[in-house]
Amino acid sequence: MLLFLEQLLNGLQLGVMLFLMSAGLTLVFGIMRVINLAHGSLYMVGAYVAATVFLHSGSFILGLLAAITAAGLVGMLVELLVLRRLYGRDHLDQVLATFGLILFFNELTVIIWGRQPLFMDVPDLLSGTIEVIPGAPYPSYRLAIILAGILVAAFLYLLFNHTRLGMQIRAGASNREMIAALGVNIKLLNTLVFGLGALLAGLAGAMAGPILAVESGMGESILILTFVVIVIGGIGSIRGALIAALMVGMVETLGGFMLPALLRLFLPAATADGAGASLASMSVYMLMAVVLVLRPHGLFPVHD
Amino acid sequence: MRGFIVTAALAALCSISGNIVASAPVKIGMVTTLSTKAGYLGEDIRDGFRLAMDLEGGMLGGVPVELLVDDDGRDPGKGKQIAERFMQRDGVKIMTGIVFSNVAMAVVPKVVRDGVIYISPNAGPSALAGKGCHENYFNVAWQNDNLHEAVGQYATDSGFQNIYLLAPNYPAGKDALQGFKRYYKGNVAGEVYTKLGQSDYAGELAALRAAKPDAVFFFLPGGMGINFIKQYAQAGLNKEIPLMGPAFSFDQRLLKAVGDAAVGVVNGSQWNHDLENDANLLFVEAFEKTYGRMPTLYASQGYDAARLIGSALKQVGGDLSDMSAFRAALRKADFASVRGAFKFGSNQHPVQDIYVREVVRTEAGDITNETRKKVFANHRDAYAAECAM
Amino acid sequence: MNPALSLRKFVLGTGLVVLLLLPILATVAGDPYLITLFSRILIYALAAVSLDLIIGYGGMVSLGHAAFVGIGAYVVGILAFHMQDGSALASWPFELQSSNAVLVVWPAAILISASMAALIGAVSLRTRGMQFIMITLAFAQMLFYLAVSLEVYGGDDGISLWSRNELPLIDLGDDRAFYYICLICLLIFLYLSDRLVFSRFGRVVRGAKVNELRMQSLGFPTYRYKLVCFSIAGAGAGLAGVLMANQSEFVSPSLLHWTHSGELIVMVLLGGMGTLIGPVLGAAAMLLMEEVLSAYTEHWMVFLGPFLIFVVLFAKRGIYGWLSGTGVESE
Repeated sequence: MLLFLEQLLNGLQLGVMLFLMSAGLTLVFGIMRVINLAHGSLYMVGAYVAATVFLHSGSFILGLLAAITAAGLVGMLVELLVLRRLYGRDHLDQVLATFGLILFFNELTVIIWGRQPLFMDVPDLLSGTIEVIPGAPYPSYRLAIILAGILVAAFLYLLFNHTRLGMQIRAGASNREMIAALGVNIKLLNTLVFGLGALLAGLAGAMAGPILAVESGMGESILILTFVVIVIGGIGSIRGALIAALMVGMVETLGGFMLPALLRLFLPAATADGAGASLASMSVYMLMAVVLVLRPHGLFPVHD
Repeated sequence: MRGFIVTAALAALCSISGNIVASAPVKIGMVTTLSTKAGYLGEDIRDGFRLAMDLEGGMLGGVPVELLVDDDGRDPGKGKQIAERFMQRDGVKIMTGIVFSNVAMAVVPKVVRDGVIYISPNAGPSALAGKGCHENYFNVAWQNDNLHEAVGQYATDSGFQNIYLLAPNYPAGKDALQGFKRYYKGNVAGEVYTKLGQSDYAGELAALRAAKPDAVFFFLPGGMGINFIKQYAQAGLNKEIPLMGPAFSFDQRLLKAVGDAAVGVVNGSQWNHDLENDANLLFVEAFEKTYGRMPTLYASQGYDAARLIGSALKQVGGDLSDMSAFRAALRKADFASVRGAFKFGSNQHPVQDIYVREVVRTEAGDITNETRKKVFANHRDAYAAECAM
Repeated sequence: MNPALSLRKFVLGTGLVVLLLLPILATVAGDPYLITLFSRILIYALAAVSLDLIIGYGGMVSLGHAAFVGIGAYVVGILAFHMQDGSALASWPFELQSSNAVLVVWPAAILISASMAALIGAVSLRTRGMQFIMITLAFAQMLFYLAVSLEVYGGDDGISLWSRNELPLIDLGDDRAFYYICLICLLIFLYLSDRLVFSRFGRVVRGAKVNELRMQSLGFPTYRYKLVCFSIAGAGAGLAGVLMANQSEFVSPSLLHWTHSGELIVMVLLGGMGTLIGPVLGAAAMLLMEEVLSAYTEHWMVFLGPFLIFVVLFAKRGIYGWLSGTGVESE
């Protein structure tokens, strides 16, 4: 039981990370109708910049700020140079061009930083563990991630529901032509939304730095899961992204933990462990397939 | 189309020049992994190999050699394609370089049947050590199980009774745990297979803590290992449960990315930079001077592969027309390995000493491995008996 | 005669002559590797053409096409494994022995790929657009992890074949013979696709791409048409997988990986979507570029990335559109 609760916490933490990634991606898709595979690259940029600044200054906060800024700027630059030309184009073109961006960014990091994965440590303040659940010490850094995710979700909620900019963005997501007709500067709005998405990806990358290996290609591992999240949640829906991110986080974490145990009831241990691990790898995709079969537009469709 | 004409013209040129110049350098084809997250492994194998050539002024065993390198991107199909190009276009007779077992399984059985000598500087899948052994296949690193076996023996010697095992869900992962259990005699607290390429181990760590083992053995090569060790330390587990594994998650470049989290971890290796023999002293110093970084075990294996080839080339005077003479020369393993004593067993895999090392922070502040003790002397792999050679 | 059309014929004619004579040219040039390289190009071309049937003509962007290539290859691999092993393929409900004959293995592989495509397509085609991309990816990933977990068949290490499949009179182990087999397979598939695309069936599928609602109101059950199209593409990909397994004498899960599907899409777009020759040119360009660029720099990806962006932004119709200077065939 104790273990189960701890696993729920782990699922929540992964869900929060996925939410930070998918919030930006789903907005970009919802408003600009652009599939941006390079979203994972912005995550990587965040992690690399955070690790580099951390290495030279020793300050985690400084690294975090630099990462957010850098990812936001790179994101806006990419929007201006490449993505802007892809609005209204076929999805395939967008996939191909942003796939090109992935290759470019991955190889560029190898050229700049080398093949050696970078080192980044948790800040001293958060290096210990806390017993949120009595008897199960939990890394305080992961708790901080969960907290940061909740704050971001709250911030986005306020932004979208209680500010003028947020209303324009929401309006843009459901009817692009209409708000252009109402005199909103769509170009500026696009760049801003893209910058916001990039910034969140950079934040996720920077926060992942101390937990994961900071290396070239790290963006793709999370990219596919991010896409799974936004498709399950319904493309363009922030609320959908939040709920789907938590679902995917839970399935991914609990699947690896519970499936082998479940199979051990019917099968010899070695077979059960192997088969359980394989099923766990597939579980997220099964979830997506089931959701799409039942609701082809995801859980919270924005467009029909 | 232009590519075709250019390549055709180039190829024609090569074949002509090949006929005129009799003493053209011996070509060695290196298929290795330079891109993807695991790119630094291939980079070190290549750099170690090149170092041996550079120290001899572009020669190996006094014979001029030319090293052709291409990146397989960790993709078996790509590796196969490069090997075919080396054989068919460049007429390569000696190949080496493959990092990963799955690429090796795609490339090696075919090339050795076609008469190419393959010297493995890293991968040693059991299929190629046992039933699938071949007179043209030499392994100068280890059979995949060896380093795990050493840690298993160490765990038994140190009196651990209840160990938790963790590896990715793929053949090399299963081999790793098999290898460990071959020499570990205590109880298994849990055996977990994770997704290949997994980055977050929070779930596994929670289950691990709940199982209350007295030690953890894990095999997670490359970035997976970095993630695991960092998260293990963040969960505070490094202060409670000792961690051990094969050298693959504790090479010098990886340690830089892991930092203090790895300090105290015990790992099995056939080589370390502090082994005291003349060949090793020379190698470590030259490597640091040339590349500005400490060598890893991969670099040591690349270097040894080159030196092994050099020793055989010297014996046949650079003449590869009689392959059986060249094979016999290779089998003698008449070179000073950086790991000390080295010879081939009946299946042409190493018979060598294996050590355990401990990750320490030096007074200068560097994090590195220190050799603790020799676990096996003249260790052979478990599959040699199955080899009909 | 329309000059564009004659240019097209010229390109096709020269291409075909070069392909037919290639083994001889390679022998004269003293570079047998060209035969291997071009066999690979032909095989990838076959896979890319089959993908273009659904992407270019059917408007169904699948990011899981490599799964069908992988299924075809795995059928060859698994049968070969049992031949080497000497074990029966199945003992229940009846004893089934394995085979190494082209005439048994290849049709079986194509059939199985097509059936899997029908199954996956039946579910996936309920969605469209972005969701379709993702659901095909999801199924491909499931099959990928399934292949990884097939411990008996080598798991992630895959299966190494001891020889190619056997055909009476022809030795497929000979690279030249094998090259011609690949060429024949590609030409047959191109011919069938050409017939298909311009048949009534093809018009319905293309019509559904442009305006599905209209086709439906005209009384065409577009779902069924698209499903058949998807299965045919699966069969083509399966055949490509069979050839791939035979060419490299090796099968592994990396064949099913999503990046492999991505590569196929790149080939289709690079060559010219919605044409039959485009994907062939795209496959050739992609593989040759890789050969040439990777010889110059190990960082060749840094050039490939921007090149792809450039193609999307400035050469929308791909190599074929650029060569023939015309619009896309299907429009």
